Amino acid sequence: MDNTAKAVASPTLDPGQEPWVGLRRFTAARIALGRTGGSQRMTTVLDFRLSHARARDAVMAPFDIDGVRTRLEHAGFAIQRIATGVADKKTYLVRPDLGRQLDVSSRTQITSLASDWGQRDLVIIISDGLAAQAAERHAEETVTRLAGLLVGAGWTLYPILLAPFGRVKLQDEVGELLGARHSLILLGERPGLGMPDSLGAYLTHRPCAACTDANRNCVSNIRPEGLPPAEAARKIAHLLIESARLGLSGVALKDTQAANGLSDQAL
Amino acid sequence: MSFATTIGRTRHTFPSLGTLLAKATPLRSGDVLAGVAADSAEERIAAQLCLADVPLARFLEDLLIPYETDEVTRLIIDTHDRAAFAPVASLTVGQFRDWLLRYETDAPRLAALSPGLTPEMVAAVAKLMGNQDLVLVAKKCRVVTAFRSTIGLPGRLAVRLQPNHPTDDPNGIAASILDGLLYGCGDAVIGINPATDSVAAMETLLRLIDELVHRYDIPTQSCILAHVTTALQAMSRGEPVDLVFQSITGTEAGNKSFGFNLGILAEARAAALSLKRGTVGDNCMYFETGQGSCLSANAHHGLDQQTCETRAYAVARAFKPLLVNTVVGFIGPEYLYDGKQIIRAGLEDHFCGKILGLPMGVDVCYTNHAEADQDDMDTLLTLLGVAGCNFIMGVPGADDIMLGYQSTSFHDSHYLRQVLGLRPAPEFEAWLEKMRIVTNGRRLLPVDGKHALLANHSPAHDLPSTRS
Repeated sequence: MDNTAKAVASPTLDPGQEPWVGLRRFTAARIALGRTGGSQRMTTVLDFRLSHARARDAVMAPFDIDGVRTRLEHAGFAIQRIATGVADKKTYLVRPDLGRQLDVSSRTQITSLASDWGQRDLVIIISDGLAAQAAERHAEETVTRLAGLLVGAGWTLYPILLAPFGRVKLQDEVGELLGARHSLILLGERPGLGMPDSLGAYLTHRPCAACTDANRNCVSNIRPEGLPPAEAARKIAHLLIESARLGLSGVALKDTQAANGLSDQAL
Repeated sequence: MSFATTIGRTRHTFPSLGTLLAKATPLRSGDVLAGVAADSAEERIAAQLCLADVPLARFLEDLLIPYETDEVTRLIIDTHDRAAFAPVASLTVGQFRDWLLRYETDAPRLAALSPGLTPEMVAAVAKLMGNQDLVLVAKKCRVVTAFRSTIGLPGRLAVRLQPNHPTDDPNGIAASILDGLLYGCGDAVIGINPATDSVAAMETLLRLIDELVHRYDIPTQSCILAHVTTALQAMSRGEPVDLVFQSITGTEAGNKSFGFNLGILAEARAAALSLKRGTVGDNCMYFETGQGSCLSANAHHGLDQQTCETRAYAVARAFKPLLVNTVVGFIGPEYLYDGKQIIRAGLEDHFCGKILGLPMGVDVCYTNHAEADQDDMDTLLTLLGVAGCNFIMGVPGADDIMLGYQSTSFHDSHYLRQVLGLRPAPEFEAWLEKMRIVTNGRRLLPVDGKHALLANHSPAHDLPSTRS
């Protein structure tokens, strides 16, 4: 029965077809890859490189802000462009602090617009974040559906703000300057290997400079293969409405939602 | 008292020991972000010149974070062993670097010295050491720990099997565990980062691994990387907890932001010890660290990230862990910008942990927004193998689909074992041979569909029939 030596010398199995390949239906992990010697085969190496190349391209791609603007305007939204303290990709990657704040002229701009617009319930900010194509592909549908749900529930919205090179905390300064009850930022998430266009949404009740991540609620992985935009819009609307009802957001809101799991479907 | 040196006609002054350490640190983005990095390349070397002349004993008097306000500082000072420190007590930081590189400074001397060193002394000397110094001295250190397998023996390299799944699906996790075992990995720990930090989720996963480990009599240990308080709850409910996990930092404020203090770690370790689940040893803690964690929690007290990181090792060593893992490239480019910075930081952390007596492993990893790729990871992996790293991660295809970053693959461990002649932990090696997964310690055998691991495990029941 001892065929070990023979098996090592001339494998009878094609190592590219591991017998546990069927386990792949339980996970998207890269299992049963096979091997050449103890190393990865050419085909799985190249497959990995392609995924990484796509993720890198997603991080570095410029934001087609005009395209997003045009689509949102066609959908009937008023749009305002604003700027953070960042003007280029490299600075964006190494200076998260600058992506969290408005540049000086945008601060002035928003302060003056605030009096024209008056107090409203929600400001929505869209940014490229770490994956511009996430905002380009999914922001318009998410916002359109979300606005439909919220306006139907009697909410008032500010014009939508497009903010290249934004970080999540940007919503605090913007929301505070406007005096918005809620702020919501939609931005491209850090791309994983298999998902270069995942959009994230973060909402905060009574946004202000002192807010931290503990004050926010997050809906992530918004993309057709993850949480589709229509479903994400329902989830965000539910969180916002609950947040308004309870007068808070963040950890405490999450607990409440877990306790009322059914109301998610009711919305 | 400030520090100063003159280079040509320029006088460089540094107002405090903390500033001096920060400015002497090799360039990295996190220190620039914190505003503590040197302003120029020359200022960095001026700081290194000054630091080389600072007596090691100074670090026992000039505390970077006050004793009164920080329990990590109190831990460092209260547990410092003056007798162990004696052989290097008269040296400066620069002289200490030279002392470490002497032929006579061997493993027993380094082990004896370890309780006499504070993290700040170690962080300081690391800043003056080149990459080859960090490799050479780490290689001389020997730190061996044990639970159901023995980690850190000479000529051995262990692997943490990391079978994460985005929704903690038990079948998905089991599939990745089988994959790792069939590729000969899992001797350091089978360690899962749960997507949900809850007692219920932890219990499901604990039982999954416990059942597997018992059914196949696998000489390894499990760990669910949930919060320490979650593990405490699970243990109080009688769940099969092998190793207790916690992410730790080097300051009391940083640890507070992570929701624990030293007292909670002591309580958790006592609870895990009382379960007596180890067979060849009782090291029952697993800690993770990483440069930048204090700054990201705004708990760095104006210190550089490498100094804060090394202080975390004082926290770790107080609890005799089985494994300490620096997750070096996970935090992103705002802390470690590119492959060069990640490689340097990985070598620093491994050296600093080892010389402080810790069983160091490294998650050789990067994110997609860092300027790094697989070639950088191959380089760091090779260097760490040469440096005698206790363990690395094993993630299917190097792609963690839950945490969204790239680490090392099961295959990567076979690369390292081949080029450096390294074998798995001895108990696990014997099991791999018995299961006909590996022969001669490091050569994988072909596995067919009738293999015991595939034939009995529930997800495998649905496998296509065996190929001939």
